[in-house]
Amino acid sequence: MIPAAFDYLRAHSTDEAFAYLQQHGAEARVLAGGQSLIPAMRFRLARPAVLVDINELKDLDYLRISDQVLAIGAIARDSDVERAPWIGERRWTLIHDASRVVADPVVRQMGTVVGSLCHNDPAGDWTAVALASRATVVVRGKAGARRVPIDEFLVDSYTTAVGEGEMAMGAEFPAPDDRTAGSYQKVERKVGDFATAAAAVQVSLNADGTVRTAGVALSAAGACAVRVNAAEELLAGQKPSAELIRAASNAAWQRSAPQADLRGTVQFKKHLAGVLVARGLRQALARLGVQA
Amino acid sequence: MKVHIKINGVDYEKDVEPRTLLAYFLREDCGLTGTHVGCDTSSCGCCVVVMDGTRAVKSCSMFAAQASGHEILTVEGLAAGGTLHPLQQGFWDQHGLQCGYCTPGMLLTSYALLKHQAAPTEADIREGLAGNLCRCTGYNNIVKAVQQAAATLGQPVGATT
Repeated sequence: MIPAAFDYLRAHSTDEAFAYLQQHGAEARVLAGGQSLIPAMRFRLARPAVLVDINELKDLDYLRISDQVLAIGAIARDSDVERAPWIGERRWTLIHDASRVVADPVVRQMGTVVGSLCHNDPAGDWTAVALASRATVVVRGKAGARRVPIDEFLVDSYTTAVGEGEMAMGAEFPAPDDRTAGSYQKVERKVGDFATAAAAVQVSLNADGTVRTAGVALSAAGACAVRVNAAEELLAGQKPSAELIRAASNAAWQRSAPQADLRGTVQFKKHLAGVLVARGLRQALARLGVQA
Repeated sequence: MKVHIKINGVDYEKDVEPRTLLAYFLREDCGLTGTHVGCDTSSCGCCVVVMDGTRAVKSCSMFAAQASGHEILTVEGLAAGGTLHPLQQGFWDQHGLQCGYCTPGMLLTSYALLKHQAAPTEADIREGLAGNLCRCTGYNNIVKAVQQAAATLGQPVGATT
């Protein structure tokens, strides 16, 4: 279907984008990669009256790594992450894995990480990765920029903490230390389909081999991606073992609250959530040289 | 609104509705019907074109307005005069198509792939084309076609075979 009519406004500076967003309020949507928004408009699931195109804002087209943080600008593409020079480092394996299975390789050349967070699809990939990584989204509003932890950012399906007249400028993923590895596990019917189930896992070990912190999150397991707090708490401070992984997997099974659809029943998807968390933990630990 | 897009090296300036999708702009406003529309919802890859020389995009999921000020390469722009592009020659030689409906998208996705990876492995090619569906060939000949093109393009200038 052809989308409903709208006004197209191309922003040439972030100030101009803000002026448009302030002026048009709830009528306006930000257009970055458009790989979720445009299909939604084509199905008439979205009918924004105004699109503010931010693709020319080159100052938002960045991936920056410092000692503290990986900062991803609002129009950095999924494929930029996939091809980043640091993507092969062990500590970024969660992001590495996810960057290769988001949508399909062509969609990834337009789609953006930050746009995916803002779209907040229940089966999105980056939302689960952001939870497991404890990312922060930088939201600029009238009063200036604020940093919103991802747990507060993801409000409900297709709903985030970005308010009227505001815009997500970028996302910040804390830079993990050297004893960190992750894994992204996704089951999909075919490349480019929404996840039937997916799990994002990141583990940091202490020098003595016990778990310092763990991030565990699920996608396609509820209204939006969810953190499996119980699994994270179980893992923290413990020596990795098959039994511990079983317990974390069970916590994921309990936490998962998916909807039945053509991709599977509730029972099947809950089962997958547990299995994928176990696989993710085993792979992350194997990457750290630990068999469990 | 007015859009100004350089397509296959030729400037096109047209009045369009903002909601005009790039695929329809190419086909209906510019008469470049080599770009095909398959699923029309970014799942099949028939409509892929290359933007600014290196980025493969699904033109059914991008507005013509977004392409304004940019360069687009479509299948019509691949051949140089009467000489097929090595990718086209590869598809010809390896029987990389049957009905041909997916072929423009396959060619342009492969074009961008080879820009980023001059010497892809078979696995790289299969992965790179995962967003393009073909219902005829079973993909093996498409992969061979891209391998042939990569080999041809990888040869030093002036080399003969």
